[in-house]
Amino acid sequence: MTGVVIVGGGHAGYQCADSLRRAGYDGEITLVDGEGHLPYQRPPLSKSHLLNDTGEEALLFRTQSYYDDHNIGLKLGHRITAIHRADKQVELDNSETLGYDKLVLATGAKLRQLDLPGAALNGVGYIKSLDDIRYIQSHLNQTEDAVIIGGGFIALEFASTAAKLGKKVTVLVRGQRILANAVTPELSQYMLDIHHQHGVDIRFGAEVDHIADDGNGNVEAVRLKDGTLLPAQLVLAGIGVTADTELAVEAKLLCHDGVVVDAQCRTNDPDIFAAGDSARYNNPFTGREIRLESVQNAVDQAKVIAQVIAGQDAGYHSVPWFWSDQYDIKLQMVGVHEGYTHFYQRGSQEDDKFSLFFFRDDRLIAIHTVNRPADHMAGRKLITAGVSPTQEQIEDVNFKLNSLVKK
Amino acid sequence: MPTVNYVSFDGQSTQLELAEGMTIMQGAVMNGVEGIEGECSGSCACATCHCYVDDAWLAKLPEMSENEDEMLDDTASERKPNSRLSCQIKASAELDGIVIHMPEEQE
Repeated sequence: MTGVVIVGGGHAGYQCADSLRRAGYDGEITLVDGEGHLPYQRPPLSKSHLLNDTGEEALLFRTQSYYDDHNIGLKLGHRITAIHRADKQVELDNSETLGYDKLVLATGAKLRQLDLPGAALNGVGYIKSLDDIRYIQSHLNQTEDAVIIGGGFIALEFASTAAKLGKKVTVLVRGQRILANAVTPELSQYMLDIHHQHGVDIRFGAEVDHIADDGNGNVEAVRLKDGTLLPAQLVLAGIGVTADTELAVEAKLLCHDGVVVDAQCRTNDPDIFAAGDSARYNNPFTGREIRLESVQNAVDQAKVIAQVIAGQDAGYHSVPWFWSDQYDIKLQMVGVHEGYTHFYQRGSQEDDKFSLFFFRDDRLIAIHTVNRPADHMAGRKLITAGVSPTQEQIEDVNFKLNSLVKK
Repeated sequence: MPTVNYVSFDGQSTQLELAEGMTIMQGAVMNGVEGIEGECSGSCACATCHCYVDDAWLAKLPEMSENEDEMLDDTASERKPNSRLSCQIKASAELDGIVIHMPEEQE
């Protein structure tokens, strides 16, 4: 058998299969995913999923019949163990082999695991997969105190969810501010205030010594290095991920913190592509190689790959964007703010509706918005078009920013 | 289960039965009804699930949030008085039979 084989059923893998058919590709498509579930969406896992009553079905990208109708083969519950580039074949964990014309690596990321005493106790969890969230869900009823390790998006989104569910939540942050890799100190402080308003206890400079056992293999408490003992029946570690490049490295594809791809998302093997969290590419907005862990990046790269495989002209030049939901705050980020020289604010923090417009010299490079989605949408167009509004236009909330780029 | 009628831009109609609480966007996307994208998984963050709700049903819809209102100012297809984001509308007995018209483009 030949055709396209897609490794991974997350946003990038699913999108690639879908976009191949939309682009008119009529060869065989096989999507292989180790998890054993129909491809599903991960973003809600740390956000709305535990608060919704719609259940797991609402996470699915598509029902089974969609894949059948579009002749997309699914091999679920099987991992690919090797890529044999010379034979253009992949090998599965049941020793089956699949031939390919084009191979798409959408292997995503691997959880960073806690490495401390007590990490394997019952009640210590992570959030990346459906199985992870089922595990957490199964512990929620008997949880009064939740301790969350980490100060990034997953940790804080789960803090928000757990607080909404009435749990007493403590967040342990190793550094001195939350979301330190994603936003500027002003926004970190604003979000910290929001968490405080919801009764979440956030501790900075917190180093975990160990997780204590109740004598029956369950979590009972978290002990910090300064001696503090925090009762906990559930410990969630949101301490980041690393690119899952194992297969690519073994196949001797060019990798360094990600599978290196060109503007068509091609690896150094012209028949192998990579998309999503595990792909590293030269980002035109920063002028350097980066790897992004976001839905936008996964979806847009997958679409480019599908178009290229279908023989169309395409390249990946999208402006990066992200979002996070915490309490009633919708945080949206577009562009890359690193290296900014100054910023202007639109709207007011007191109203919980404001945006920060980041400039490098006289060029708009990023916008971070809180509950101002129209600024975000306008920002995507502005940054893509290279149009920079003036300080007066930004600060005048009645000025329509999208009027600068209306088609 | 409540029924939702999706009408594509070129007039093709698809009828689906959705579980209560499932959003109009989820119903369309999961079942492969084209014309609604829903890139952000229903988080009211991408404006790619824009739809036009048939006038007969407009009054029965839940009120629009400020966020949705703002997002609708930036849809790919023209905003009309009956524009909504379909990720913000849940299937329910009250909306049984609702008719949803798809816009020409989402992005």
